[in-house]
Amino acid sequence: MSITAHPTALIAEDEPLLAQALQAELARAWPALQVVGMAGNGEAAVAQALALQPDVLFFDIRMPALSGLEAAATLADAWPQAGPQGKPFPALVFVTAYDQYAVQAFEAQAVDYLLKPVQPERLQKTVAKVQQALAHRAPGAMNFEATLAQLRHLLAAPAAASAAPSTPLRLLQASVGTAIRMVPVDEVLYFEAADKYVRVLTAEHEHLLRTPLKELLPQLDPQAFWQVHRGTVVRAAAIESVTRDEAGKLWLRLRGSPARLAVSRLYAHLFKAM
Amino acid sequence: MSSPMLLRAVQAAALNTLIALGITVFGQESFGTNLVYSQCIGLSILALIDGSNQWFIRDWPTQWRRLVLIVPLGASAGFLLGTLLADTLLGNTSSQYWLTQPRKAIGFLVLSLVAGTVLTYYFLSREQLAAERQKLEIASRQADEARLRLLESQLEPHMLFNTLANLRALIQTDPPRATAMLDRMIAYLRATLSASRQGTHPLAAEFERLQDYLELMAVRMGPRLHYTLDLPPELAACPVPALLLQPLVENSITHGLEPKVEGGSITVQAHRDGEQLVLEVIDTGIGLDTGNGRPGGTGFGLAQVRERLATEYGTQAALEFVAVPAGGTLARITFPYQS
Repeated sequence: MSITAHPTALIAEDEPLLAQALQAELARAWPALQVVGMAGNGEAAVAQALALQPDVLFFDIRMPALSGLEAAATLADAWPQAGPQGKPFPALVFVTAYDQYAVQAFEAQAVDYLLKPVQPERLQKTVAKVQQALAHRAPGAMNFEATLAQLRHLLAAPAAASAAPSTPLRLLQASVGTAIRMVPVDEVLYFEAADKYVRVLTAEHEHLLRTPLKELLPQLDPQAFWQVHRGTVVRAAAIESVTRDEAGKLWLRLRGSPARLAVSRLYAHLFKAM
Repeated sequence: MSSPMLLRAVQAAALNTLIALGITVFGQESFGTNLVYSQCIGLSILALIDGSNQWFIRDWPTQWRRLVLIVPLGASAGFLLGTLLADTLLGNTSSQYWLTQPRKAIGFLVLSLVAGTVLTYYFLSREQLAAERQKLEIASRQADEARLRLLESQLEPHMLFNTLANLRALIQTDPPRATAMLDRMIAYLRATLSASRQGTHPLAAEFERLQDYLELMAVRMGPRLHYTLDLPPELAACPVPALLLQPLVENSITHGLEPKVEGGSITVQAHRDGEQLVLEVIDTGIGLDTGNGRPGGTGFGLAQVRERLATEYGTQAALEFVAVPAGGTLARITFPYQS
């Protein structure tokens, strides 16, 4: 597949001056590239990327609503299934002012990134890399699988860095009105992120935790609990079946719960017949 | 056996060998025999004194006087035990010395006491020195870490590089605005770098520094940030600890407004309430988190504010956070009014 005649790009950056500056620098470094959209936060970035289906995404890491990484993961999940006429997933470039940790992760995953302030020489290299990636873009799923694996690693990286405690959590303390209810982790079927809270579902009850899922996840035994979606962590042993619907999306059924849980494409690799 | 213990045993064995040599020069027995006795006695004494020290002296500063009993008793018992041990090894009965040559026997006992005391003193003073040195090292490392964290919190790299990126953009598109922003940044950097050296300045200066910071943030966030600084003229000269409010305003921005899609506003105001000066930072951000601090924050900035208030005003100062019903957070500092 050859490079698109008029490649398009979307810039997601919450600081207006920086978004304009990147657009101006790109106009110099890659005149053929057409910036078709600008988004000021992570949610808008996902919506615009889906609507415009650009070839390249420049995502700032720290943005309101969704971080650049979260936005990319959400987008990967919602991206229309690559069919014969389907548009391949865009090339990703992350932009960050200072994030030592993320930069290391990008290096490790060979994901392209730019440091702010963006230097023209560095941008030139990135442009060359993206052009090459677009020119050699394989039709179909190969690229997409690689991108999914990269995003998975990048999203898991901060949790791994915060050094998982040696002993997994055994008891959850859920607040019920003014009381605190102790819920043994062994009884939990799944966790579901809800705004700032986490819903905890056991066979009989539902509880609310005031700890964000991001903080809870590193404290759970990774053998026992699998993350299957950005906001869902499931007890692996409670999974009864996995089915694929017509759209190609995976769904989980649990023992002891009527819930039907969606599996993100990012985590679909967990479920393969033996 | 732990390695310091092994090291002590080796050093004691060396001293034992020296003693055996000395006895051989002035006495009649062969060096081999003397060496066996010397090592058996010396190592027994070491084992008894070392063991007793670990058992009876758990807390050095309050219990070291127990050495007065441990050393002579350990040396005497070690002498008897070592003699018996060597007798058994060599098939001798040297205990008869006590009857035939009591002076010689007492001489050896005194030698054991002296050697035990000298060696104990040597070991313990070295240990004390090492412990002191370690304590000093830990203290200086902690001080370094605290300084580093303070500097990091003042010159947060993310803020610094984003500000520089905005400056770079403005230089090309709007040079006069770039110059104005650079001036704000110079004032902000100068203030943050010298504020670590404590001291107080007038409330008017505090508000000027906050304006520098808020102006920088307003350029970065564009229409997502509005701010109001409200300082009654009669309070302008009140002394306040330098940059006391800075961490509160920074908190409001990074944890209140930046995560909010539509942004919001910050108000910093001062008023007098009787004998108290009241300083408030109010934002319309995403609001107080669930009580265990704001997400992503280390709590270092706030801990610093509390600490400075405590050293400056003791229990007469307070820092409190109130959730604003309409959404957002109010941070309030109160301390005694001084004109």
